[in-house]
Amino acid sequence: METILFLAHTEADGSLAKASLEALTAAKELAAGCGATLSVGLFGADVAGAAAAVAGCGATSYYGVSDEAFAVSRYATDAAALEALAKAAGATILVAADTARMSRALPGVAARLGGRIDAHVTGLTAQDGQPVAMRGYYRQRLMAELTRSARPWCLTVSGGCFAAYAGAPGAAAVTAVSVPVTEAMTRTAVKTVIAPAADEQTIRPDARLLFVAGAGWTKKQADGAPHVPEAGELILGFLGKSKASLGSSKSLVDMGGEGETVLPFLTHLHQVGQTGATPRHPKGLATCCHGEEPHVVGWRFIGERRAVNLDAACGWAQGKADVLYVADAFAVMRKINELLG
Amino acid sequence: MFHIVVCGGIVPDPLQTLEPVKGPAGWGLKNELMLPSILDPWASHALYEAAHLAKSAAGSKVWLVSLGPKAKLQQVMMTVAQKAPFELVVADGPAGGFVDCSEVAEALFTAIEGIAGLDKSKLLVFGGWQSASRGAGATLQILGEKLGIVDQFQGVDKLTVGADGSLEIMERIEGGAYLVSTCTGAPAVLGWATGELPEPPNNPQVGMANMRLIMPALQKAKPAKPDLAAIDYRGVSLPTQKRETRIVKDTPVDVIAQEIIDWIAS
Repeated sequence: METILFLAHTEADGSLAKASLEALTAAKELAAGCGATLSVGLFGADVAGAAAAVAGCGATSYYGVSDEAFAVSRYATDAAALEALAKAAGATILVAADTARMSRALPGVAARLGGRIDAHVTGLTAQDGQPVAMRGYYRQRLMAELTRSARPWCLTVSGGCFAAYAGAPGAAAVTAVSVPVTEAMTRTAVKTVIAPAADEQTIRPDARLLFVAGAGWTKKQADGAPHVPEAGELILGFLGKSKASLGSSKSLVDMGGEGETVLPFLTHLHQVGQTGATPRHPKGLATCCHGEEPHVVGWRFIGERRAVNLDAACGWAQGKADVLYVADAFAVMRKINELLG
Repeated sequence: MFHIVVCGGIVPDPLQTLEPVKGPAGWGLKNELMLPSILDPWASHALYEAAHLAKSAAGSKVWLVSLGPKAKLQQVMMTVAQKAPFELVVADGPAGGFVDCSEVAEALFTAIEGIAGLDKSKLLVFGGWQSASRGAGATLQILGEKLGIVDQFQGVDKLTVGADGSLEIMERIEGGAYLVSTCTGAPAVLGWATGELPEPPNNPQVGMANMRLIMPALQKAKPAKPDLAAIDYRGVSLPTQKRETRIVKDTPVDVIAQEIIDWIAS
């Protein structure tokens, strides 16, 4: 019988991230479908609070690695904790969220355990009692269903694919797992986290709307001149009022490196598409985008899509957007900002 | 000084239409060998960063280690070789995305182990943090484990080397933030995101110098035979994305703006 181990790191406040709670749902459903036992493995400075929060998930056992050394995101200590938790639980299938921290550490853990890994899984089901994963290939342009006979099998689950576990907290009997921290494991030290101030943050993974700015914002307008400063004001104004998350096409981001006038708040972190992110939001509004297939990739997981641009035959919008408004995005966004107050 | 090994595969040009097919060797792409290929985009960034670092750290050297069919690699190298100085190491095998990342890591490990004069105490393993084919973001970590390297970083956009050889690394984390870490020095594994450098212009002189070593490297490439049955694919398909697009034109801006606001609020 399979033993499915849900793995998570605690956040700075001792809680579990929403992405981890979603991965717990995936692990729980898989365990139910496979008739497997479910275990929970947590690591961080102190896992007691996180264990209590998921005490009602139906797991038969809880394991924890608690120490200040495991509070920070560092490959060597994270991998050591995960390896120890997997061995303590005797896990055959390991399920975790694809947070930056887990995505970095779990593949190495799979290698240490002599197992295999499939990352960024978007679906996880039991078919005839066998676990089957779904994930994208070639930047989500192809989707595959797969399974493996090799064990342990590690899986990281993409955010937004499962409902977050929301059971009532309770008391969990956590088996403490000891992991010695050697000098070799602390050659790396976390210095700081650089994050924009809350009112300046334009990447908002939990936003209901993704607003994508295309290269058209910096092109010459009807009067023959570009209006980049105004474009910046309109975009930031809308983001401030709507609390949408900002994405950008590659061409617009690349302009910065090519010495052209750019929107100063855009970085490669905003980029969606082939070499950017494939964010998940219920709605997406694209403006001044004239993307081809690579651009569409960035919108793979956007629910409802609308676009504003001047080309009714736009290759991105036709067949990809639900609604295409053929209009001047400057005028439309100016009016929207005015109406939003 | 560093010995920098950049791991990078080849992928179909992103503008190509892809269609999955199942052949005798398992799943692949229709006309895969006919599709124009490029060096994986994120691995390309890793190569540019490696070349930049090697230029600034005297005595450093860059190797590009790639698993792929020799003939395709030769085509891709005609362009890549003009971008930055490096020595090519080839594992002659499949480059497709459906090959298991552990199998790819094993092939890369074997190729790296065969590099003469590689000093592992000075080793920096670079690569893209994900490929544009498999997209697992797992191969480098597995390779790092095989090489015994436990200082690993993914989604790297900036590396600063101190006078004492220490490293300061900026990694992408959730919500548009960066995690800044320091490491006492090599060896380390760095999976690059886009980095900070633009694509270098083609330099024919660099290309000529590289090609003198690339051709022999291709000729003496050792075959790599990853287990293509490591993953049991139940099926591969194209996602259905076709939508019925409603075109709204010749409509006053006020009406469009209000409709968008109503939609956002709904």
